[in-house]
Amino acid sequence: MIGLVDCNNFYVSCERVFQPRLEGLPVGVMSNNDGCVIARSNELKALGVEMGTPAFELQQWVNQGRIHLLSSNYELYGDMSARVREVLEEFSAGVEPYSIDEMFVCFDGFDAATTLALARTLYRSVRQFTGIPVCVGVAPTRTLAKLANRAAKKLPEFQGVCVMHADGDDTRRLLERTALGDVWGVGRRLVERLAIQGIETAWDLRQADPKAIRRRYSVTLERTVRELQGTPCIELNDASEPRQRIMTSRSFGRLTGELGELQDAIRQHAQRGAEKLRQQDSHARAVLVFLKTNRHWSDLPQYSPSVVVELPEPSDDSRAILAAAQQGLEAIYRRGYRFMKAGVMLLDLVDANREQLSLLDTPEREAQRERDHQLMAALDELNGRMGKGTVRLGVPRQNAAWHLRCAHRTPRWTTQWRELPSAKA
Amino acid sequence: MRDPEIRHPHPAPPYSALPHPLATIRAGISGFPSPAEDYVGRTLDLNERLVKRPAATFFMTVTGDSMIEFGIQDGDTLVVDRSIDARPGHIVVALVDGEVIVKRYEMIGKRPYLCSGNSQYAPIPLANLDCQVWGVVRSVIHEYAV
Repeated sequence: MIGLVDCNNFYVSCERVFQPRLEGLPVGVMSNNDGCVIARSNELKALGVEMGTPAFELQQWVNQGRIHLLSSNYELYGDMSARVREVLEEFSAGVEPYSIDEMFVCFDGFDAATTLALARTLYRSVRQFTGIPVCVGVAPTRTLAKLANRAAKKLPEFQGVCVMHADGDDTRRLLERTALGDVWGVGRRLVERLAIQGIETAWDLRQADPKAIRRRYSVTLERTVRELQGTPCIELNDASEPRQRIMTSRSFGRLTGELGELQDAIRQHAQRGAEKLRQQDSHARAVLVFLKTNRHWSDLPQYSPSVVVELPEPSDDSRAILAAAQQGLEAIYRRGYRFMKAGVMLLDLVDANREQLSLLDTPEREAQRERDHQLMAALDELNGRMGKGTVRLGVPRQNAAWHLRCAHRTPRWTTQWRELPSAKA
Repeated sequence: MRDPEIRHPHPAPPYSALPHPLATIRAGISGFPSPAEDYVGRTLDLNERLVKRPAATFFMTVTGDSMIEFGIQDGDTLVVDRSIDARPGHIVVALVDGEVIVKRYEMIGKRPYLCSGNSQYAPIPLANLDCQVWGVVRSVIHEYAV
């Protein structure tokens, strides 16, 4: 069995841990550079505020004190994410971060009763230890775990924890209530094509013949069908749909503690990630870098850090992403540990075409942006034609001083000594 | 895009003359400290002593003088552990009316109170009060001007 632990409204929850006053109020987190909503509390969602709403449209509500908007505090979110992962690792040997606020947890080797008890423990412990509320979904496959998690979040009767078995009436009822678009990896276009065939719910898709699905659609959708039936066949990096986050990571052939080797790996991952970003026409707002030691070698000191570095503006430029990734690596690298894995995750993606121009924009910046765009296109074309990695970037460019607009950023409560929260005595 | 301040709270590994310092210590599984422990040649690490559970440990700055008799002074740094369930006698960080306060959790008679370490402040009865424990204070750090 595999579990998916998903933090509820993660960025807002991080803020609420240190600002309990915000509990129960409509709260939004804004991107620092382009000033639109990137995270919402349930109360803000209920007011009809959509993701990506520009800050100025909400200014009146802010002035009236009806809603609270905060600038993003990626240092805090990165640290809280690492804490959530650390708590999960206390209970399971296999934890794979899927995004900054979602983690897959290995539940192998437990009977049904123990699985439910462990899922409840994770639910309780993460909340208590870190202050972050989560939902836990456990099922035989990742696709079902995603659906179980969704049920845990949306349906009050589960109280935040849903264990779904491959067969059984409960599973059937749940899949019958699940629209196809809510199934992992099934995009809008597929939903339309499948609807013509009379496949409208997750249950319909589960009942389909995998081989026929493969002939008519793709291997990817065949995998989804098998996963819905309870046969695990999707690995973390498989899904080919445009995604909310992009992860590139790989294990080293052998453990390494060399900064040079780690830098090389991070450079490759950052470039590969930026390429994927351009393929799906997205820009990223922040870059998460992580390292992992090998937990199975318990005689070696363990250290699995991660950090989030915000980009000066949403970007798909390999150089900006690489610079941020290297900066992140330098911040978390410690000598004396031997690492098994390194990776880069691109977070808070926006559609490149819908992105708003920054207030800081000038014609010169615009011209520069166009040149950068052409350079990246040339890079991708060369690498596409001559093979991956033909043209690579060397030393990351150091950007000129940027002035981030983060007027409403909360203090970095957990990563800066000067910004600790205070307790009144 | 330079932000030289980005740091991670995880400590650097302590200097160690031995290749696998942790393994040596863990040899004493029986519950008694390993006899080898005293001889492991490495620098002491305050994190190890004060931070028992890093994922659940947060630092906070004290403001105010209501806890001075418990050795908690204005400007001190609290080491707060959220993984501990609060029991009477613990110093706790609590949320009362949306405010973050540090007090001692006590039972007087059979009723729970938040008590100050300063006679000028009366105990706060918890009955009919919207109060939540945020974490338990494990230690307090007082730094002197030198």
